[in-house]
Amino acid sequence: MNFWLLLLVEVVVILVVMLVGALVTIYAELKISAHMQSRIGPYYAGGKWGWAQPAADGLKFMQKEDLVPAAADHTVFRLAPYIVIMSALAVWVVIPFGPDLVVRDLDLGVFFVLAVSSLSTLGVLMAGWASANKYSLLGGLRAAAQLIAYELPLLLAVVAVVVQAGTMSLNGIVAAQAQTWFTVGGIEISAPFLLKGQIIGFVIFMVAAVAELSRIPFDMPIAESELTMGYLTEYSGIRFTMFFLGEYASMVAISAIAATMYLGGYWVPGLPESTLNAVGPFVLLAKVAFLVFLLIWFRWTWPRLREDQLQDLAWRWLIPLGLLNIVLAGIFKVVL
Amino acid sequence: MHVSFEQWLTEIANYVFAALAIPTLVGAWMVVTSTNIVRAVLYLVVTLAGSAALFIMLGAEFVGWTVVLVYIGAVIILFLIGIMITRAPLGSHEELSHPATVKIPAALLSIVLFTVVAWAVADAFGGLAIPPDVGATRTGQLAEVIFQRFVIPFEVVSLVLLSALVGGIALARKDEPEEPA
Repeated sequence: MNFWLLLLVEVVVILVVMLVGALVTIYAELKISAHMQSRIGPYYAGGKWGWAQPAADGLKFMQKEDLVPAAADHTVFRLAPYIVIMSALAVWVVIPFGPDLVVRDLDLGVFFVLAVSSLSTLGVLMAGWASANKYSLLGGLRAAAQLIAYELPLLLAVVAVVVQAGTMSLNGIVAAQAQTWFTVGGIEISAPFLLKGQIIGFVIFMVAAVAELSRIPFDMPIAESELTMGYLTEYSGIRFTMFFLGEYASMVAISAIAATMYLGGYWVPGLPESTLNAVGPFVLLAKVAFLVFLLIWFRWTWPRLREDQLQDLAWRWLIPLGLLNIVLAGIFKVVL
Repeated sequence: MHVSFEQWLTEIANYVFAALAIPTLVGAWMVVTSTNIVRAVLYLVVTLAGSAALFIMLGAEFVGWTVVLVYIGAVIILFLIGIMITRAPLGSHEELSHPATVKIPAALLSIVLFTVVAWAVADAFGGLAIPPDVGATRTGQLAEVIFQRFVIPFEVVSLVLLSALVGGIALARKDEPEEPA
């Protein structure tokens, strides 16, 4: 196929996957929170299953005026949501949906993911500063401190997987998990990295992921009761919606990365290689749905941490554990 | 290797190069002329992103994304935190615009520095052409070069970083008040 046509198709598919994924996640969050905390809107809105609740929320956001505070730095204020949503979008470039269903199978893979997702911190700081509001600035600073602190454990968890797989390419990581691990009585057994000694790594990755997404119990940057909405305080209408969609899109994206690295991605034991291009996307989506459910479950059942507890958890627990995990992965790799 | 301007215009890669290089240069110019400190840092992001893109264009993907991860994702963020935690003025600031007695020597120095670096690079690599279909460097090859051939310089550089860290902590830490004897 023509290079440009293929590129266009890829961009459109990724946009659709990201937007639909974000919308479905928003709906799931509304429904699950409704069941966990007896919020009645999502039971009844629109009749059956409360299907109209996300649409009502979306319409409400859209019709709000797009306000820019008079004292704000207009250009930076308007630019910030784009940076955040761009970094959420770019991650999808390397996520494999099947052996051949990947936009670009970069040799750098997870390194690329970490690099582009670190850009969202910049967008958050820009939003916090440009709003000309104390709450926004404090929220932006808290967000930046938190994102930097939790990028390290995330990186260390990823390094252990890279050591075990021997490659940074996400396709290569899936292939490493599909390889035969050992044979019992002629039956070849292969297992995802979660079962091959990466349990600590998976826990570190998921905790750090929740913190990177600034979701409860790590939502101090937008803590309503202390900072109104943190760096989002001055945003309204379509720009707020962009932040909102960006947050849910990165939730799906980070779950897809975790599913690929720890749960085997599009691969499932027993399926022949030839069917993976057709079945793979659904396998991946099922795993992503499970991880997204975990993230939502965390949010509605745990209270918020304190700022010092947050930094404590990152620097005194997750980072040493992450380093230990790399050592273990190295020993595993050499001995086994 | 000499390339005439007509030849230059026929190569599409040159247009991509120009599309990346011009914003990089404009960003660099704005970094030093901007009268708002936060905006200057944000223009620095444009410059760094441009140079990362140039690295990727040359097939040095790992270096390119390292610039994004380390410089934009960490160094710039620390700049911004440092500025915002002390003071983060909006609008233009008088103390950032300098008199001509500062501007002219600074401009002269930049021109001299640019000439020296450009001359050195052109003298060393001017005759070399990049093979067109070389593709991206594999990270594995890069790792072999760094951790085998250049492993000692690499470790020495990390020692420099370590001593900088220790020095930073030593300067920043508060000494316990001495007990009265």
